[in-house]
Order: sequence, then C-alpha cells, then structure tokens
Amino acid sequence: MSNLIAWIDERFPLTKVWNEHLAQYYAPKNFNSWYFFGSLALLVLVNQIATGVWLATFYKPDAGLAFGSVEYIMRDVDYGWLLRYMHSTGASAFFIVVYLHMFRGLMYGSYRKPRELLWIIGVIIYLVMMATAFFGYLLPWGQMSYWGAQVIVNLFAAVPIVGDDLSVWIRGDYVISDATLNRFFALHFLLPFILAALVFIHIVALHKVGSNNPDGIEIKKGPKGNKWSPDAPADGIPFHPYYTVKDIFGVGVFLIFFCAVIFFWPDFGGLFLEAPNFEPANPLKTPEHIAPVWYFTPFYAMLRAVPPMFNSQFPGVIVMFASILIMFFLPWLDRSPVKSIRYKGPLFKIALGIFAVTFVVLAYLGLQPATPTKTLLAQIFTGLYFAFFLLMPLYSKIDKTKPVPERVTQ
Amino acid sequence: MKRLIAVFAMALLPVAGLASGGAGPKLEPANIDLGNEAAIQRGAKYFVNYCMGCHSAEFVRYQLFTKVGLTVDQIKQNLIFDGSKVGSLMTNAMPTEYAATAFGAPAPDLTLVGRRRGADWIYTYLKSFYTDPSRPTGVNNTVFPNVGMPNVLWELEGIKDPVYRYEVLENGHIVAEFESRDEADAKAKTLEGDVRVEKVVDHFQMVRPGKLSAGEFDQVARDLATYLAYIGEPVKLERQRLGVWVLLFLVIFTVVAYMMKKEWWKDVH
Repeated sequence: MSNLIAWIDERFPLTKVWNEHLAQYYAPKNFNSWYFFGSLALLVLVNQIATGVWLATFYKPDAGLAFGSVEYIMRDVDYGWLLRYMHSTGASAFFIVVYLHMFRGLMYGSYRKPRELLWIIGVIIYLVMMATAFFGYLLPWGQMSYWGAQVIVNLFAAVPIVGDDLSVWIRGDYVISDATLNRFFALHFLLPFILAALVFIHIVALHKVGSNNPDGIEIKKGPKGNKWSPDAPADGIPFHPYYTVKDIFGVGVFLIFFCAVIFFWPDFGGLFLEAPNFEPANPLKTPEHIAPVWYFTPFYAMLRAVPPMFNSQFPGVIVMFASILIMFFLPWLDRSPVKSIRYKGPLFKIALGIFAVTFVVLAYLGLQPATPTKTLLAQIFTGLYFAFFLLMPLYSKIDKTKPVPERVTQ
Repeated sequence: MKRLIAVFAMALLPVAGLASGGAGPKLEPANIDLGNEAAIQRGAKYFVNYCMGCHSAEFVRYQLFTKVGLTVDQIKQNLIFDGSKVGSLMTNAMPTEYAATAFGAPAPDLTLVGRRRGADWIYTYLKSFYTDPSRPTGVNNTVFPNVGMPNVLWELEGIKDPVYRYEVLENGHIVAEFESRDEADAKAKTLEGDVRVEKVVDHFQMVRPGKLSAGEFDQVARDLATYLAYIGEPVKLERQRLGVWVLLFLVIFTVVAYMMKKEWWKDVH
C-alpha cells in the first residue's frame, strides 16, 4: 500500500493534497453547529448530481413526453419515486442549507477581510444555484413549471428596447414551448458541473485564507504550536479527523430530517411539490395564481412590490436583481472594527434580526396573491431589506462593540 | 442574545395570522384508508364502469391492481372491456376533440387528480351535483361551478334539487342570511355602503331517489376517492413503510457518529 502511494506521489501530489487540505489543514477548534451547513451543502450538491444523472436516463425533454416520463419514473422505474423525491426534496434542502450557511457568514463576519473573494465566489455559487433550480423547475412540465417559467422569462421582456428580442432568444420561441424545454434541460444538466467547479474554487479560496470562527478571530495571527505541529496555530485542530468525524454526525442529523420529508412528506404541504404541478402544462389555461417555488419568493415579492413606471415592469426587475447583486458589496459595507456578532453592538444585532425576519416575511408574501395590504407590506419589507445593506456603513461604524479576546473561546 | 432572538420570532407571529383563511368550497372529509384494498378494488370497478367512458388514467397500468389483491384473471374479467393487455395503460377511446365539442372541455386524465385536488375534494365533488336547467347537462356542481361533466352517478345517487339561501353582503362581509330573496332585499335596503345579495346553494333536496341510499352512495364516493388517491401515488404506503426503517437506521447511525465524535474530540482542549 505504501509502495503504491509512493508510486502515485512521484506522479501526482496525492499525499501533499491530503495533508494540505485535510490532515494538516488547521481549522479553528471552536466551530459551533452553524458550521455544519457548508459540508451539508456539498452533500446535497452530490445528491443532486447523482440522483439527477439517474433521473436523466429516464426523463424525456420533449413537450409531448416530459410529463409522462416523470410519471413513468414515479411508477414504473424501480425506486424511481425515491430518486425523484430525493431530487425534488434535495432542491429545497439545498436552498435551506445554503441560506443557513450564508446567515452564518453574516453573523460571524465571514465576508470580511481577508475573505472578501471567498464571499464573492459564494455569491456567484448562489446565483448559479438559482439558475440551475430555475431551469430544473420547468422539466416536470406541469402547470406551475410552465407558467412560472413564463412569468420569469417575461421579466427579460421588460428590458427596454432589446427586451422582446431577448426573451424570444431565451425561449427559442414566442412562448414557453418544446424548444424552451429542450434547452432548459441542456442547461440544467450543464450548470451543476459548473457549480461543482465553483465549489472547488470556493474551497481553494477558503484554504488560502483559513476558516473564520464564531469569535471572528484570525487564529493564524495568534500564538503558534499545538500538539500536532509546532508551527500550526495554537487554536487550530487538524480538519481530519476532528471535523470529518464531527461533520459525519452533522450529516446524520441532516439525513434524519431530509429522509423524514422524502418518506413521509415529499410534497411538504405544497411547498416542495406544488399541487398545480400535478396537472400537465397547458399553454391555453392560465392558473388563477402563479407563484414561484418558495426559495425564489423573497425576490419575487420585491419584484411585485415595485409599481410599474412609464408603463414598464423594468424598475421591479432592476430592484429584484439589485437585491441579489447588492450581496457582492457586503465586505465593504461593514465598517465595524470587529467581525463576529458576539462582539458587535446592539445596532448590528437588531439590524441582522430585522433582516432575518424581513427575508422570511418576503418569502411568505411572494407565495401569496397580491392584495393592496400585502403589496404595502412587501414595499415596507423591501425597504428594510435594502436598508440592512445600504445603512450598514453607518450603523456598523457607530455601533458600540465589545473587546475581542486574544484567543478563541469555547 | 437569546431574548433578542425570541423577540424577532414573536415579530413573525402577526404574519402567520395573515396566512389563515382561504377561499374555495367547504369540503367534507372523505376519511379514506389507503390500506383498504377492498375499497380500492370497488373504486376501480366504479371507475372503469362510470368514468372511463370519458376519462383515462393514462399513466396507470391495469396490472397495478395486482398490488391491491386482484389476480390477473380478475383484472381481465372485471376491469378490462376493450381487450387490452393487463400491462397496458388505462387509456380510453374518446378523442380529445370530440370531448371538447360535446362537453365544452376535454375530460381530464384522472391519474393525478388525487394529488392535484385531494381525496376530500373528489369525495365532496361527487356528492355535490344538483339540477340546474340552465346548464347543457342539466346539472351543476357546488364544488366545481359550471363544470362540463354530467352527473354520471345519478342512477345510483338519485336527483337532487338545490335549496338556496340569500346572503346579504356589506363591503364584502356577510351581515345576514335569509331563505327568501324578498327578505334579503328588504334587509339590503336598510344598509349603506357596498351592499349586494348573493344566491348560494344552502343544501340539497332529493327529488327522485336513486338505487342506493344516501349512506350507500357516500360509500361509493368514498371508494372512488380512495381509488383515485391510490392511483395518484400507488407507492405511498410502501414509501412510508420503508421510511420507518430508514429513519430507525439513521437514528442509530447518528448516535454512533456522535459517540465517535466524542471519542475523537477527547484530546481537543
């Protein structure tokens, strides 16, 4: 065995990579439960790719056959229902763990110097994830698939001058049709591999700067020497085996929830699989109420909150895209002298709390039919959403912070 | 910090209040039992006899019913009338164009109606036909107003007339209900604001009894609801049985993983 590894090491840096990224990669020893979500996101990505490839071997990207092929998978393919539920539940689980992963970053200042690029790569991953989910949602070719895609692609038609041509170019037709389904399938198959590459880059960037921790302390700047190495940070422990065994436990807890949904509640009350999507796409019959899947609804609520101006929905579209793009600037909006919420003052804590509530409320409002009251609420919360980012330079600067300890706390 | 989190959680409560209330007809609970194979078998019999003239179940193969206790011979003799093989899909011969002309809309495929609408909806819908001479089929339905479908089960159920009530609405809220239009109109005149009177079906009155009693017909509707819920997701019970074992395994796995983590982490201080 050691001969084989020596043979490989002469030709490929196997031991070197293993040591640098696992056995001798020193992570802060004070990670809490919030630090499970990164590895869980990776697990869900692998689940999506593995079940997705399997589903693709039976699925037919054809407007006449797509709906039936999904039912064929659900009924006639051995354990096809399991693969399909793993994939559909996995899509929602992916967003849940990524939202929690991002919130962890917000709490502990994981986007701050020197991790700006790490954060930016993360936001790009999130964008690609949203695109992948959007393309994938059309594939079952149900009523909500069809009309949801119709609504979202029509957003591009709101772009001045080139809008109509742009939306036709995206669809390959004047309406969502067979041509659209075929290209969405191609893109839905391609993007996960780009996602995997981006995740790789995300981890490379992470291992360059080192992991942040709940105290927001740079362990690399602290004292050196621990029981594994005299040069390693004193507050660091080898990722393997300590965090690998810990993450296996995290995986167990996650899978209990994940499988409970798959086996007992795959529709999740119409949130993960929507009832209208059990009806085949019908271009001649618009559903009474069209809402995107839950993970897009905060942004959809912001889109609808903006009234049309100059007979155009374009301002709403700008607001919706701005709500995501603003995340790129976060590392430079936070002017607090400390990173972690543990040492930040009351202003930041209140702002982050309002932001979390805002996100949930917008997600709820985006699922509901618009009424005057709800539109007003959506406008207020859209304002709060942007205020969290735009006022951050102010409130993070004047906030009363606590002194940060030298070493990480347990 | 914990108190702050609690405060923000409380802030979400009023929004949860907005979620309550929903439009749509009031549905009777069907109380179906997917484990009741006899009910699914009877439902299949009613389906092929009363529904399949117009509706298909195009993603279901006849052989599915071997899983609810029928033999291949029983399926061939009782459920297949057109010489189809047991492995065939439950399609029917009515062309879409014909259905669209005859009933105003093509009869939808019913494979997934159990998942689209739910068993309670199906149960209530089947029991909610009433005479309405203004409709081409002579009947209307309180669950699905102006539905194109005739009451195909009328021989079993009988014929029901509607008994109306008149609701007086002021600014969108019901303020009074009356049995006669005159009383409602009189009340409406006393109100200000945006007032209107709406005629709604209060209950049904049997004018010509069918072959079955009301209780027996409820059972037919329940059998059909059970059958349609079953074909909507035939694997549902198997999925739940398997899920119990999966979760048991995962709980043990997680406990072992936790003990392993504890053991390794003993030397981290």
